[in-house]
Amino acid sequence: MNRRDFLKVAGSGALIASTSTTSPSAQARGNLEVSSEAVGMLYDSTLCIGCRACVYKCKEVNDMPAVERDGEVQWDQAEELSGDTLNIIKAYKHGSAETKNSAEDGFAFIKRNCMHCVDAGCVSVCPVSAMIKDPKTGIVSHDPDACIGCRYCVGACPYNVPKYEFDDAFGQIQKCQLCNQKGVERLDKGMNPGCVEVCPTGANIYGTREELLQEAKRRLALKPGEDYTYPLERISSTYGHVKAAPDYTQHVFGEHEGGGTQVMVIAGMEHTKLGLPDLPDRSYASVSETVQHTIYGGMLAPAGVLAGLLYFARRNTSDENSGDDNEGGES
Amino acid sequence: MSHHQPIGGRLLTLPFLFLSALALIAIYILIERFTTGLGAVTALNDGFPWGIWVVYDIVVGTAFACGGYVLALTVYIANKGKYHPLVRPALLASLFGYSLGGLGAVIDMGRYWNFYQMFNPGQMNFNSVMLEVGLCVSAYSLVLMIEFLPVIFEKFRAHEWKARLEKVLFIFIAIGVLLPTMHQSSLGSLLIAMGGKVHPLWQSAHLMPVLALTTAILMGFCIVIFEGSMAAVGLRQPSETHMHRGLIKVISGLVLAYLVVRLGDLLMRGVLGYAFDGSLQGNMFLLETTLFVLPLAILTNKGWNRQGRFLLIAAVSLLLAGALYRFNAFLIGFDPGDGYIYFPSVKEILVTIGVVAIEILGYLFFVRLFPVMPKHAVHGTAQA
Repeated sequence: MNRRDFLKVAGSGALIASTSTTSPSAQARGNLEVSSEAVGMLYDSTLCIGCRACVYKCKEVNDMPAVERDGEVQWDQAEELSGDTLNIIKAYKHGSAETKNSAEDGFAFIKRNCMHCVDAGCVSVCPVSAMIKDPKTGIVSHDPDACIGCRYCVGACPYNVPKYEFDDAFGQIQKCQLCNQKGVERLDKGMNPGCVEVCPTGANIYGTREELLQEAKRRLALKPGEDYTYPLERISSTYGHVKAAPDYTQHVFGEHEGGGTQVMVIAGMEHTKLGLPDLPDRSYASVSETVQHTIYGGMLAPAGVLAGLLYFARRNTSDENSGDDNEGGES
Repeated sequence: MSHHQPIGGRLLTLPFLFLSALALIAIYILIERFTTGLGAVTALNDGFPWGIWVVYDIVVGTAFACGGYVLALTVYIANKGKYHPLVRPALLASLFGYSLGGLGAVIDMGRYWNFYQMFNPGQMNFNSVMLEVGLCVSAYSLVLMIEFLPVIFEKFRAHEWKARLEKVLFIFIAIGVLLPTMHQSSLGSLLIAMGGKVHPLWQSAHLMPVLALTTAILMGFCIVIFEGSMAAVGLRQPSETHMHRGLIKVISGLVLAYLVVRLGDLLMRGVLGYAFDGSLQGNMFLLETTLFVLPLAILTNKGWNRQGRFLLIAAVSLLLAGALYRFNAFLIGFDPGDGYIYFPSVKEILVTIGVVAIEILGYLFFVRLFPVMPKHAVHGTAQA
């Protein structure tokens, strides 16, 4: 192949690639939209007293062993999410750790579990659709019967949520499925997620993402010290307690982060102090899928390149076949 | 009748036995992995889902196995027939590199018994870069086997079969060029979805596939030079330096193009400053870049680039550069947060060494017994 031929092939490949990018199937994909019926949780760090009843209940619902420390089980001592711990309360401490919700010389709690992202990285990257986002509720669940255990979901989760059971010869991926997985189905039965049901202060409430977001914004608008009735379990609940509003940091974590999440957090300090990452508003999944579909949209570009390759491979091998030796080439 | 011949010689040499021992150690550790789980033998953890089995055996290993790909591109697509004698040995090395990369994937897979789900159309997720890599690598391994079949037919004198296959071989050659172009670029795209976990010096987002593909092609050319030099020294084959010299232009051009895109990307994103912040990542970036730039100096020096040993030094430097680029992007520059760290365990490293040993063993077996290497009398006369 001479240079001009090569440029022709390269040019036609580039042309096909560029036309395929303008076809509707391969347009730059933005963030996925949130479903109108999406459900989630709102965690208000300022209300959390760190009792870890939610950690205990989560293990009970999901039938997972408690973490031992010093040879005994004391309530639950899990320090990090794992294949045995799908929900955890972590503490922030600074200096003398005297004042709740204060970044300086204060302390605070943070609940970590699956954020049920609106545009979930784990769902986007799973080669075998073992991570599934419910089109209505938006709950991200997992199907171990399809999972090949490549653990791409682990790497692609900005919150390090999916966990593979490395200590098991036949381990599987574990993650919070909002207590609605097969065999549990608490939401379908009209119940609340386990961690919500047992929260004594209403620090963690369940509802639709829309109503939770409104509630979060209502709370952020409160004047510090103003009385507010905090509901337990759900916003519409008749149970609640009146408490003076804290000095909220004006930020609903999860409203926009990485395309938004269905589990959202409000607190009395910056989210990074509580170990939540800084994320751009555009989801990484949308960037990844845009690149992938730009190259492979409709398989037009690969097909075009293959056609060129077939032409040259045929022409350049037939020279050999016509000779007295079918291995020769022009050496 | 053929331009290739088995090089013969004793198979059970001392190096052969040593490599076999390394392979046996790996197999022993793998028994433990399959009976007690990945955690028992690897240092993988909840923050680092991928270790050296993925990054070396698959990501780096298949890039090292790009010799067959780049020579098919050179000989059959660009019609540079003079490189034909290099094709078979490169094809053999690619075949082993890819098959063992595939084996590495299965070893690392946490639920390997579900592997077939990748080929189940009902489960396929076409948004996933991993699906594309998995399907492409599997398909290419098959194509490599078919491309290598003429060698087997020749050995067993199945001339009719060989003639029949060679009539349609161009189809497999074309597919065999397309597939690596696809998955070698996608191996880079794997990291796009990891977003902020990948250090800014390596998170090139849209340019990931371009950088991965360019370096893979570079590594393909360099592995041809490396393997040719090793065969000349270790297996007393005639020197191929005269042919390797022809590759200088394309290699230099590729390095230059790569550096322009790579550094241009860092400048555009305004993150080049991290290179000089004295951190481990910054220093590894400087080392990686040096390994890319150094060969350029050697290859463009008229006095040096005529000598085989300088060519070899340049090739090895570029192989290390391409490998380090991958290690940096996937592991050294990967920070999942929450304090997770990863350093491969001894057992993990021994398995990877064992896999490399199996590759070399397979290579030796085939070149000694099968017509892989070019016949000296025909192609080597000028130099022999």
